[in-house]
Amino acid sequence: MTTTKPGVDAVIIGLGWTGSIMGMELTDAGLDVLALERGEDRTKEDFLYPKPADELKYGVRLSMMQRPRQATVTIRRNQNEMAAPQRHWTTFHPGNGVGGAGAHWTGVLYRATPTELSMKRFADETFEPGFLPDNMNIQDYGVTYEELEPHYDFFEKVAGLSGQAGNVQGALIEGGNPFEGPRQNPFPLPPLPRTLTDTLFTDATRKLGWHPYPYPSANVSEAWTNPYGMQLGPCNFCGYCSNYGCLNYSKASPQTCVLDALKRRDNFSYRTQCEVTRIVKSDDGQTVKGVLYTDGDGNEIFQPARLVILAAFPINSVRLLLLSEVGKPYDPVSNTGVVGRNFTYQLTGSVDMYFKRHRFNPFINAGGSGQVIDDFSPDTFDTARHGFIGGAYIYTTQGPSGAIGGVKVPPGSPSWGSEWKANAKAHYGHHMMLGSTGSNMAYRDVYLDLDPTYRDPNGDPLLRMTYDWKENDLKMTQFMGDRMRDIVGELKPDYHTESIKRVGDHFDPSHYQSTHLTGGAIMGTDPNTSVVNRYLQHWDAHNLFVLGASAFPQNMQHNPTGTVAALTYWSAKHIRERYLENPGPLMSAQG
Amino acid sequence: MTDQPNNWQRRTFMRQSFLTIPAISAVASVPLSAWAQDDTPPLSEYYPRFFEPQEWAFILAATDRLIPADDNGPGAIAAHVPVFIDQELAGDYGNASDWYMDGPFLSDLPAEFGYQLPHTPAAVYRLGIKATHVYCQRQYGTSFAALDKAQQITVLEALEAGEIDFNALGVADLPSQSFFAFLLQNTKEGFFADPIYGGNRHMAGWKLLGFPGARANFLEWVDQYDRPYPLGPVSLKGLQNR
Repeated sequence: MTTTKPGVDAVIIGLGWTGSIMGMELTDAGLDVLALERGEDRTKEDFLYPKPADELKYGVRLSMMQRPRQATVTIRRNQNEMAAPQRHWTTFHPGNGVGGAGAHWTGVLYRATPTELSMKRFADETFEPGFLPDNMNIQDYGVTYEELEPHYDFFEKVAGLSGQAGNVQGALIEGGNPFEGPRQNPFPLPPLPRTLTDTLFTDATRKLGWHPYPYPSANVSEAWTNPYGMQLGPCNFCGYCSNYGCLNYSKASPQTCVLDALKRRDNFSYRTQCEVTRIVKSDDGQTVKGVLYTDGDGNEIFQPARLVILAAFPINSVRLLLLSEVGKPYDPVSNTGVVGRNFTYQLTGSVDMYFKRHRFNPFINAGGSGQVIDDFSPDTFDTARHGFIGGAYIYTTQGPSGAIGGVKVPPGSPSWGSEWKANAKAHYGHHMMLGSTGSNMAYRDVYLDLDPTYRDPNGDPLLRMTYDWKENDLKMTQFMGDRMRDIVGELKPDYHTESIKRVGDHFDPSHYQSTHLTGGAIMGTDPNTSVVNRYLQHWDAHNLFVLGASAFPQNMQHNPTGTVAALTYWSAKHIRERYLENPGPLMSAQG
Repeated sequence: MTDQPNNWQRRTFMRQSFLTIPAISAVASVPLSAWAQDDTPPLSEYYPRFFEPQEWAFILAATDRLIPADDNGPGAIAAHVPVFIDQELAGDYGNASDWYMDGPFLSDLPAEFGYQLPHTPAAVYRLGIKATHVYCQRQYGTSFAALDKAQQITVLEALEAGEIDFNALGVADLPSQSFFAFLLQNTKEGFFADPIYGGNRHMAGWKLLGFPGARANFLEWVDQYDRPYPLGPVSLKGLQNR
């Protein structure tokens, strides 16, 4: 039996970064707002020292993540394979519970560049016709950097972004990233202190003629009070960052930056252990009327709402749209339909270097600490000459920070026994990594749909991911591998090992790649090729807004959280200034 | 919690959370030293929650080979790695409580698809130890634990290489290298995880590396390049090992 609760002005599905931000914005506008979170409640008390300093619980058993038993995804590389479920997470780490992925993220807070938001236009202007493969579905976001800039700026103040600006109002600043878009303001806080790996990387890349800058970090470098009155303390490099909640009030998260301010408001409430199973369509064919959810006791509840905000992790948002039959599912054969279209991920590569002469103390580490070059971004060099569109940033960060995951022994040496033990002791703390984080273009045969075989405990189909690496993106990664080898040549380690994909390699979900899953419910200006319009408003239901990186038409080299947050504020601005007064489509189709 | 009832299940007091162990050990005669106020009982007084006696003998011997005591310090036995594995297998991890374990199980997929076996970690151990036991009986006429060290190493290398056909030994859907991978991974976890989980006794694993455990506060050390960090580890419960 389904119970119906009293209606609310707005229901938010998922209480991570986007749900928290939209909660602030809509309660500011005077709406009664209810957030429904599938996972458990998490407050700052859960992160008090020493609780997070537990590598087995958080770093290995991944206890802050969505439980695969509750809902996982199935993966195949092409349409001829049968998809198999991720039985426990290996290739990415979707968050769960209040704070979502924002509670366990690393804290690398980037903006997109102007080009990254307009890749289609850039491609049309840059490449000869026929250069890009026919099956590449790249598109523009439909929103420009100039439009998003004030929202990036505000979120950077919410998060206490620490680092060095490279371009303030068009003026280039030494030591910052000269390839970033112009900012109206410098970073709120200065960069984190520099580790040994930072210094080695900076020296080597400068010698190569490149432009190193500090990782833009949402682990704050100094005490900070944000616009909501929330306070952050300087990061102490505790070494428990990515996959962990912050034990020092230093990593920006919904808990440290938003939620205590939001929970004080009488017109906000939230319910945990409440899993939304359907968005319910109205009979008018133009709106939705609320959501169905199952509470922690297994009761099915209908929650009516005038406004539905889908603020889940990208793959979960796409699945809920498919299960709810809101929007036309994508069909890769006819290249029609939209839900599940343009699913993208992240192309990564890495190098590990051993230095007998250096001692790095790898447990001294902040997730957002590191040094980066953007010299090989999509628009900073002639990628056509190398046969691809796209780019990557190349970086270092000190680590790995744990003990279980921190042991490294020489290639080809035993993995157990006395020799392993001697190597583990002698080599610990003598390693430095280089990484490339690269763009991923969208392709016609890379997409999300519902799995025909595997189901969740409710009997609903799991999401199926059809994903493989493509030649364009692998060429890009190989190019970045060569650039990392240039850095290795400067640094002259005793030996190094590489994990760099090559053309012909296929997606390997048995190893961690990235949690930057993007697309599948993309934004745009044409309802034939996007799920939501440029305000993140659903084309087929004007009172449904879909937030998050599911809106990215293809993935960029820069980490998604900054753009996810800026898009949320952008969407909120148009809901508050235009939609609430006059509910209806915020734009007409521009096919 | 175990797959089959065993003769230790009546010891329900041992089946409680590991947090109860210090209370039990209050009666054990473990001398407290200045460098590690660790009052867990010696391994000989530990009653496994998951493993049966023959399985326990295998785990003691196998982990001793994987991380032996030697010139570089204590090994898996002194660090109580078997206790860690036993407690993990008796709990949520052993039961794959968070894992997606619905079929169909496509066990013949390439390794890129990750774990696709139909077994919980607890079942992997139960089946893997059983098959290894049958193998040792056939090959050597005795149990793994009764072999000499060189023979034990030979068997472990064969497991690791996938050279022992478990199917022919009566255990289906479990390649020997998969069993070995669990055993090795969990042994290292038990050597390097916080002592609150039963292993890494006296923080022996952390001492080997120079890893400071849960200190988690290093701001003044960020720019001390190429200098060894001077302080020994602390654990979640505040134990120290200078």
